[in-house]
Amino acid sequence: MTDSLHGHRGRTFAPWKDCASHPLVRFDGVSKRFGDVPAVERLSLDIYEGEFFALLGPSGSGKSTLLRTLAGFEQPSEGRILLDGQNISHVPPHRRPVNMMFQSYALFPHLSVAGNIAFGLKQENLSKAEIGERVRDMLALVQLQDFDERKPGQLSGGQRQRVALARALVKRPRVLLLDEPLSALDRKLREETRFELIELQRRLGLTFIMVTHDQDEAMALSDRIGIMNEGRLVQVATPSEIYEQPSSRWVAGFVGDVNLIEGQLAETGPAGSMVECAAGGRLRVAQKVDVPPGTSLWLAVRPEKIEMVKEAAAAGENSFAGAVTDIGYLGDSSVFKVKLDNGLVLRAAAANRTRALEQPLRRGDRVCLRWPHDAGVLLVQ
Amino acid sequence: MTTANKTNEPATRQQRPWGPRLVILIPALWLTALFLGPFLIVLKISLSQTVIAQPPYTPVLDLAAGWQGIRDFVAGLSFGNYVLLASDSLYVTSYLRSLLIAATSTLILLLIGYPIAYGIARAPRRAQPILVAAIVLPFLTAFLIRIYAWVNILQREGLLNDVLLAIGLIREPLVWLSTDTAIYIGIVYSYLPFMVLPLYASLEKMNETLLEAATDLGCPWWKAFWLVTVPLSLPGIVAGALLCFIPIAGEFVIPDLLGGSGATMIGQTLWTEFFSNKDWPVASALAVVLLAVLLAPILIYQHLQIRELDKR
Repeated sequence: MTDSLHGHRGRTFAPWKDCASHPLVRFDGVSKRFGDVPAVERLSLDIYEGEFFALLGPSGSGKSTLLRTLAGFEQPSEGRILLDGQNISHVPPHRRPVNMMFQSYALFPHLSVAGNIAFGLKQENLSKAEIGERVRDMLALVQLQDFDERKPGQLSGGQRQRVALARALVKRPRVLLLDEPLSALDRKLREETRFELIELQRRLGLTFIMVTHDQDEAMALSDRIGIMNEGRLVQVATPSEIYEQPSSRWVAGFVGDVNLIEGQLAETGPAGSMVECAAGGRLRVAQKVDVPPGTSLWLAVRPEKIEMVKEAAAAGENSFAGAVTDIGYLGDSSVFKVKLDNGLVLRAAAANRTRALEQPLRRGDRVCLRWPHDAGVLLVQ
Repeated sequence: MTTANKTNEPATRQQRPWGPRLVILIPALWLTALFLGPFLIVLKISLSQTVIAQPPYTPVLDLAAGWQGIRDFVAGLSFGNYVLLASDSLYVTSYLRSLLIAATSTLILLLIGYPIAYGIARAPRRAQPILVAAIVLPFLTAFLIRIYAWVNILQREGLLNDVLLAIGLIREPLVWLSTDTAIYIGIVYSYLPFMVLPLYASLEKMNETLLEAATDLGCPWWKAFWLVTVPLSLPGIVAGALLCFIPIAGEFVIPDLLGGSGATMIGQTLWTEFFSNKDWPVASALAVVLLAVLLAPILIYQHLQIRELDKR
């Protein structure tokens, strides 16, 4: 998995692995403080041409601030921002070849759809004919040909989102910045729009940098995700790496659901590791770690990777008996909370493959949880 | 329970229109009693002739004389006063002067009021109510007293000349009082809140992200202000301009106390006709024409507002 050049989006695209490729955008030790409050701290990050990069983090993690420093709305307190190798830290926002799609779209309510899209082109002193042509092309691209005369107030949420996208794209930016691009849409439309957005980015070959707090959105859209917390990047990797190999307990807990089991390293080697579980029992893990035996660490196991069988006969490695304490029915899957006999509470998820209205398991049923050696990942931090 | 609901339904359906009707009835009654009624009386007097009598105009409707009385009354009405207004350059000049002063001072008010309103709208949230209160504060002192204070400030030995002499800007005291400058100072000072408040109301609603969007799309900040802030505050500009222009055009106290004795504004002309010449019909005709002139901007504003509502 680690050496795969294929992103989860099924394309061979990994310029960040190629030492010869130059980044399009480089944040070089960027800090931003508001008064005494640090929003971004000494952050360095390279983003490559044609990449769809997502900044993911909880609110207040500094992801929006970072995006705004690239747009030019905020000046970094320290560090440099490079675009195509040029330092643009002090270039005012109206002279930067980047455009932003705002969270609430920020469409001009007094201008028509066509007027909104033409706004940026009019600032470039282009001929009327060229502006008209580019606006028409853009309207066709976002399928709003028949809406050019409408005012933003007369559009649906999805149409407004497309106008905002068209208004930013028509400027042919080097980088398109998207601030929570889909958060104002309802769920169904959001999922459809995700695919449109990927399709569009691929077709135009543009570099997109998106800020989101929605991990599904980040996973579905991006080539790489930068996870931010408290003004710092805690992990930068492809969506599958983030999910399967989180770099820390915090990342594992932030992205998706996870069981964290505390223990002490008993032995480790090329064949894998053995962990002495703090609550009792031993865990075998396929992964080798670079810490001496005795170090305390955590095993992170995703609920869907835990197999649950009804018989309470716990036998073999990574196998624990317990009782179901809670069941969460989610439609496509169910999540079971199981209290193990050693006191640990773990969550296991199972897809609901049959249309049985009755759950096969009830609260209080004795079960056995087990998982393969390579299902979990050992985290030292 | 269900049957009770069913029987209630038609009743509530019938009752529903009464609520809105009643709500409209209150302003309608108010305007009929306090605007339309008096206006019709003024209109009638403007079509009469002046006489030395009580009341000082003729004809007077004599309902006791029956049908003949009404016929005599209608026959006695004439448009003579309006012909007089159009033919005498004194009145025409007075109207034009009023409109010119109103237009000029409205423009000055807009130029001064806009930055003030913009500043308040951009001030920290907590400071805004205090700043708005500060704008309204002068109203706590009686209007007449404030205008008399200006008489004091603008006179030859007044505060303004003292200050200008003290800082060495002028060598000799200047004449301020009884000039058009004094009228403009008085008007701009008095009407500033009426310009600032509607402007503030529309600027305060403005989404600041729109300005960021404009700069992001390649506008320097001053151009973003011109292309986004100004058009979006247009309703406030129009409202403020009307709130100032209309009463200024009919202003009497300020030109009378601060202005010179030469050219007069229409309010002063009207006052003279009414109180000095005791010519109620001509005074009424002046008032009716003023109303007709001022109706134009109000109608334009209404038209714009309806168009704005249609857009949403």
